[in-house]
Amino acid sequence: MSKSFYGTVLSSPLMLGTAQYPSPDILRDAVRAARPGVVTVSLRRESAGERAGQAFWGLIQELGVPVLPNTAGCHTVKEAVTTAHMAREVFGTDWIKLEVIGELDTLQPDVFGLVEAARVLTEDGFKVFPYTTEDLVVAERLLAVGCEVLMPWGAPIGSGKGLNNVFGLRAMRAHFPDVPLVVDAGIGVPSHAAQALELGYDAVLINTAVAKAGDPALMAEAFRFAVQAGVLARTADPMEERDMAVPSTPVAGKALLA
Amino acid sequence: MQIVVNDEAHEVSAKTLAALIDELGYGGARVATAMDGSFVPVPYRARTVLRDGARIEIVAPMQGG
Repeated sequence: MSKSFYGTVLSSPLMLGTAQYPSPDILRDAVRAARPGVVTVSLRRESAGERAGQAFWGLIQELGVPVLPNTAGCHTVKEAVTTAHMAREVFGTDWIKLEVIGELDTLQPDVFGLVEAARVLTEDGFKVFPYTTEDLVVAERLLAVGCEVLMPWGAPIGSGKGLNNVFGLRAMRAHFPDVPLVVDAGIGVPSHAAQALELGYDAVLINTAVAKAGDPALMAEAFRFAVQAGVLARTADPMEERDMAVPSTPVAGKALLA
Repeated sequence: MQIVVNDEAHEVSAKTLAALIDELGYGGARVATAMDGSFVPVPYRARTVLRDGARIEIVAPMQGG
């Protein structure tokens, strides 16, 4: 049973970023191949002459996929809150992927600023998708200020290292069985996405893994199938790991030939 | 009046943020605005008076992860 995100059931557990593609045409092909439930978008300064943002907005409308704006690059609560307000007006949605970056080498969230920004934005009527870590105490604080979704990192943004702390992600899943959880950041290949869904995560957010692949549209298709496999596997209830071998072929009835 | 738009100095005749948007050629564009670090929603642009040295941000949809 798919969990809803602030009352909305996504058509796919794949959330796809729109940045870093070689061209708008390749982005379009990748989105069509991935069939994501949402695409993430951002805001940047607009030049009156180039109007690059207007062309991008046209492409987003053409694709017809729900958008999740982010506050990428924000390092303070004030920056993030102001950016969220601008995004709500421009994109016409009260969903916001809240990033308050705390450290440049890892781009890990400033979880203290994150909780405060989430509190302010929730009070302002936003539906906040906080980019956080797998820390359970921070997660509790985010839920306490009104977040109904949590987005822990798998690994640092853009690193492609997959699920760095499977134990922590598993603990988070077990601790918050009813909260929609999304692995955001660090996924490098489709097997990482499948693994997140096998762990019981409700969605994955991917950007660099598709955009920086040699063939982004083909990789997008691979992720589409990977998330389907992950959901099916989770539903099918995976076997438990064992430390020792157990024969899969029946021993009974084996001929005595020694 | 001299103001700063997206980190570039501009000499403008506009008196309000709404007039500035038109004067700079953003008319009809899907943009959001801030003045001196504070968000200015569309309905407030016409009554937002510019002052010399104001820092204006004009942003639009962009690719994001």
